[in-house]
Amino acid sequence: MYGKERELFAAFARGQLDRRELFRRAGKLGLGAAAASYLLNEASTRALAADFDWQANKGKTVNLLLNKHPYTDAMIANLDNFKQMTGMDVKYDVFPEDVYFDKVGAALSSGSEQYDAFMTGAYQTWQYGPAGWIVDLNEFISDSSKTNPNYNWEDILPNLRASTSWSGVPFAPLGGDGAKQWAIPWGFELNSIAYNRKYFDDLGIQLAKNLPELVEQAKKITDAGKGYYGIGVRGSRSWATIHPGYLSAFANYGASDFTVADGKGKASMNSAAGKEMTALWVKMIQESGPKNWATYTWYNVGTDLGAGASAMIYDADILGYFMNGGDNKEKGNIAYAAFTANPAATAPTPNVWIWSLAMSNHSPQKDAAWAFMQWASGTEHGLFGARQMDFVNPVRASVWKDEAFRTRIGKSYPGYLEQFDASAPGSKIYFTPQPLFEAVTTQWAATLQQMVANEVPVDEGLDQLAASVDDQLQQAGLG
Amino acid sequence: MATTATGMAVPGVRARGGFGRAALPYLLSLPALIVCIGILVPFGTAIWYSLQRYNLNLPMLRGFVWFEQYTLLFQSAAFWNTVKVSLLYTFLTVGIELLLGLGIALLLRRSSWLNNALSIALLLPLMVAPAIAALMWKLMTHPDFGIFSYLIGLFGVENFRWASDPSTALLTVVLVDVWVYTPFIMILLLAGLRSLPRQPFEAAELDGVPASFVFFRITLPMLMPYILTAALFRMLDSIQQFDIVYAMTQGGPGNATLVFQVQAYLDFFKNFNVGRSAAMLLVLWLIAHLLSQQFIKQWLRLRERAHGGGA
Repeated sequence: MYGKERELFAAFARGQLDRRELFRRAGKLGLGAAAASYLLNEASTRALAADFDWQANKGKTVNLLLNKHPYTDAMIANLDNFKQMTGMDVKYDVFPEDVYFDKVGAALSSGSEQYDAFMTGAYQTWQYGPAGWIVDLNEFISDSSKTNPNYNWEDILPNLRASTSWSGVPFAPLGGDGAKQWAIPWGFELNSIAYNRKYFDDLGIQLAKNLPELVEQAKKITDAGKGYYGIGVRGSRSWATIHPGYLSAFANYGASDFTVADGKGKASMNSAAGKEMTALWVKMIQESGPKNWATYTWYNVGTDLGAGASAMIYDADILGYFMNGGDNKEKGNIAYAAFTANPAATAPTPNVWIWSLAMSNHSPQKDAAWAFMQWASGTEHGLFGARQMDFVNPVRASVWKDEAFRTRIGKSYPGYLEQFDASAPGSKIYFTPQPLFEAVTTQWAATLQQMVANEVPVDEGLDQLAASVDDQLQQAGLG
Repeated sequence: MATTATGMAVPGVRARGGFGRAALPYLLSLPALIVCIGILVPFGTAIWYSLQRYNLNLPMLRGFVWFEQYTLLFQSAAFWNTVKVSLLYTFLTVGIELLLGLGIALLLRRSSWLNNALSIALLLPLMVAPAIAALMWKLMTHPDFGIFSYLIGLFGVENFRWASDPSTALLTVVLVDVWVYTPFIMILLLAGLRSLPRQPFEAAELDGVPASFVFFRITLPMLMPYILTAALFRMLDSIQQFDIVYAMTQGGPGNATLVFQVQAYLDFFKNFNVGRSAAMLLVLWLIAHLLSQQFIKQWLRLRERAHGGGA
């Protein structure tokens, strides 16, 4: 059954047919889109298995700790192919983001062997790496006996590879000398504006060009009294409040979290540029943010846009992407725009969040864990996720070039690719890597909350924050 | 050595019986000893960690620093804010819950079908996990669609931001605590009220004593041991509050609800600062210990008075 069809897709996987020809012949054989996608994925998996002993860890079970995320959904949807190819089993626990990193921290710090691999962000590896909880993956990537020759590590976008590697020396640059590859990029997001085009058309307005204009525009939208508020941004007492729109705009104003001299860091959130930008940000939230902003996480910001409760968000581009599909009320109404916050700047500088895969140093079966990680971050799964699921933004250059992916995004998410192309050149991680990341950013978020509540003026709040961070650095021998 | 009924010695039997008898008290107390060790080992470990500079992601800095962690804590304004918030939270929750619990217990004092059914229904919040209760309240106090926001809107209070505003956040988490734990106080005091002897009340009724006098001079003094017991349990729980506050505010906005356990949790699980987290928890233990000492002293004094001792 399906003999001819399978051979057709195998020929494509061997490179004997181009995509157009493949689908022409599939049409002749009477294959529908779903069956064609299934057979294509299956053929890709078989082709992947041809040059490498994927069965080396047959019979083993890899245990994963995962965040509730479309990337996870895409992986689970394709997992049977991995199991079939390797003879391995995969078990996983999935937690919502609010508690996910608590779970990771508890599992790693306890020395538990419960999980072999897990999802992480690059920032978190600045804590896990120096603690010795995660594995430097260079030893696997460079080992041809453990890594599929078609894995094509170089295909992963260079700045993402650099951003997930670090020497562990506080304040040393990402990807610099002696950098260890703490994680494999899996999917990433840039921070930009996603807005409800229907609302903007109703109000007869065009998206603001910079932060001062955005503050005014968001207020006008809120004051219009149409039942939705101006702009959604995160506000919970967590690092997650700092890294999306706030840090992207902060960097665009030329401000930075630390200045580094002779290997020592000094807090610089209270620079003049930092204060100017933060004052605008605080005003924007006070006048036109969500009423209970101080509890807002990524989920709240996204669902408000999807449900039509907010007119726009300054957050991860993929958050706007997700809200333009599924069962969301405003599906089809969301538009995207790269955003240059500083009127004096010429291009956007989005901070980057990279969902990555890391390997626990406590794992008793690291080879098996690596087999899973290289499959999950490989081209075939990347293509499957990008074409058929919401596995965006892809980390591989080859996936970005994929015609089917670009066509789908261009058609269903108008403006998304243009937003990405405009945002990408100036994008990078704008945090300075250092092991007190959580403590510093949590305190930064708490200070923002106090400023928004008018408990402390912006200038004073940022000065107090910088002084407190410097104290912590000195106590830790880092300042 | 044991002897038979005729007085003959049976070698070995006496030795075993004697050893068994001698060992019996130790065997009986062995479980308590094991539990005691189980409690003391983590406690001792916490003390040991609190005397170190021990940050999991800065392993090269680990070292014994004696009381430096405590000195740093006591010099920190954030720590004193945590002490203030924790004590305020404790006094507010215990105080409000005692008043409400006592009031409800008095209303349900008479045993009847309706009162018994109500006392069971009122226990329902106690069966909800506090973290789940916090999430329910987060929705019910949402400024846009929360039922409580709607209800206070009927009284002209607009844009009340509940847990999102530093000035009302503590009050909001206190409300959740009150909702969850008032039934605990209520059920303890109800059991106390129903077990009080009837004679003093019958005598007061015969003498036509006013209800307020009965309440303040008879009911309340006789109920005081129950009140103190309930308050002690709740005080120990409240000062160590974590789940409601963390699920609702994570200690924010700003530091408005940053109680001990949340700060210690953040220090350990987010910042991996084991030394500071352990020091924080030991200070919490000391405060809880001092407060419970006061409660127990009062309870013993009342018991002594009830048994005819003291003034």
